[in-house]
This record gives sequence, structure tokens and C-alpha cells, in this order.
Amino acid sequence: MGNGTSIGRVRGKGSAHSGAHHWLQFRYTSVGSLLLTVWFGVSLLMLPNFSYTAVREWLASPISATALALFIIVNVWHAQQGLRVVIEDYVHEEGNKFASLIALNLVCFAAAAFGLFCVVRLALGGA
Amino acid sequence: MAQQAGTRNRPLSPHLQIWRWGPGMLSSILHRATGIAASVGILVLLWWLGALVSGPAAYAKFAAVAGHPLGILILVGISYSVIAHGVTGIRHFVLDTGAGYELEQNKLWANVCTAAGFVLTALFWAALLLR
Repeated sequence: MGNGTSIGRVRGKGSAHSGAHHWLQFRYTSVGSLLLTVWFGVSLLMLPNFSYTAVREWLASPISATALALFIIVNVWHAQQGLRVVIEDYVHEEGNKFASLIALNLVCFAAAAFGLFCVVRLALGGA
Repeated sequence: MAQQAGTRNRPLSPHLQIWRWGPGMLSSILHRATGIAASVGILVLLWWLGALVSGPAAYAKFAAVAGHPLGILILVGISYSVIAHGVTGIRHFVLDTGAGYELEQNKLWANVCTAAGFVLTALFWAALLLR
């Protein structure tokens, strides 16, 4: 017993209605990433130097700390979305793809958590 | 590679080696490559922040690595990746609206975006070093 051709198996089932979701989300985070990365670049240029005290002073300000927290969130998020597409494009074997995506998500959550923890520590003093 | 029933031995669409290299293809693959490199840049950012949290001694260690010629080369690479990815990303936004596919236009803007990545990176470092 065959299962029919590929097209025959899906014909008549309609759209999955979820295909555009990831694509759109990816565009949303790219806008946030663009804005916050411009802020980050300009901020680096406006620092008097990259000494310990100068950078600490910059990140002690609530505005800088908030923007840097958002910068980390949106860029880790956007990187996760982009690397996910790369994995889906090049890793075809289902098991490897599944494992790669899990590893990607673990690294991304860890990166975001560590980055945000650092921002909080820098903003609230300590160390 | 997973092969589904009914897809075996069927002709594949022409792949990379068939097409003549063009500006649009270069811009497109650079967008992907710089995106991957910029993701690695996030890890360097986290190292910088971690060193900052850990205190002046750890920060001095980071500064020594970042200030080494090889470290500077990597930072230039990361900044190029971020800037170039931003520029080609804007190009993809325009293409997403359905505009810019006419051959001449597509070629022109692909070349402009590829060049802009290098030019803006040079300007960024010039501004950084000359401030």
C-alpha cells in the first residue's frame, strides 16, 4: 500500500496557517535590532575611552542599562531566529536537526540570562 | 539526506555551480555569513560585560586580549559583520516589499550594499580612533 505522491498527500488539506509566523517575527526583531545596534555603536563612539571606570560609569545610568538590556534581548532573539533558519537549511537529518535546534536554544537562553545578569549587576553597583 | 517515497531519482533544480556568480548572490550569502559572525560577536560582548562585572583585574585581562593585534582584527571583523549585516538586512527589507528585482536595479543596489558594509566599517573605526 502506497501513500500516494507527495503532492497527493497534502492536496486538499489547506494551508498550515503558521508558515508566515516565524518569518514575520524575524522581521520584527530585525527592526529592534537595527535601532538598538545603532544606539550601541553611537554609544561606543561617544565614550571618552574604554577604561574600566569610563565603561562602568556609562552603564551605571538607568537609560544605558535599560537600552543595553533590550539590546541583548533583541539581538540574542534575532540570532536565535537566524541561526535556526541556517540549521533548517543545512541540517537535513531529522535527529541531527532536532538536536541542533535544542543546543541552539540552550545556548541562546544561557547567553541572554548571563547578559541580563551582568547588566543588572553593573546598574545596581556591586562587585 | 532524507528521501521521501516518490522523490527518488527525480531531477533536482539547478544548484550553486550552475549559475553565473552575480552581485545579488554575493550580497545574499554575505548577509548570511555576516549574520552568523555577528552572532559569535554576542559572545564577545558577553565576555566584555562579564569582565566588567568581575572587576578591574578581569577587565584588564580582557583589555589586553582585545588590544592585541589579533584581538583588534577580530573586533574589526565583528564590527564589519554587524554593520554589513545591517546594510544587507535593509536591502532584504526592500526586496521583501517586492521592489528592486529589475536586473539593473538589483545589481546596482546589491553592489552598493556590499560596498557600504566596508565603507561604513572603515568610517566607524576612523571615528573611533580619531575621537
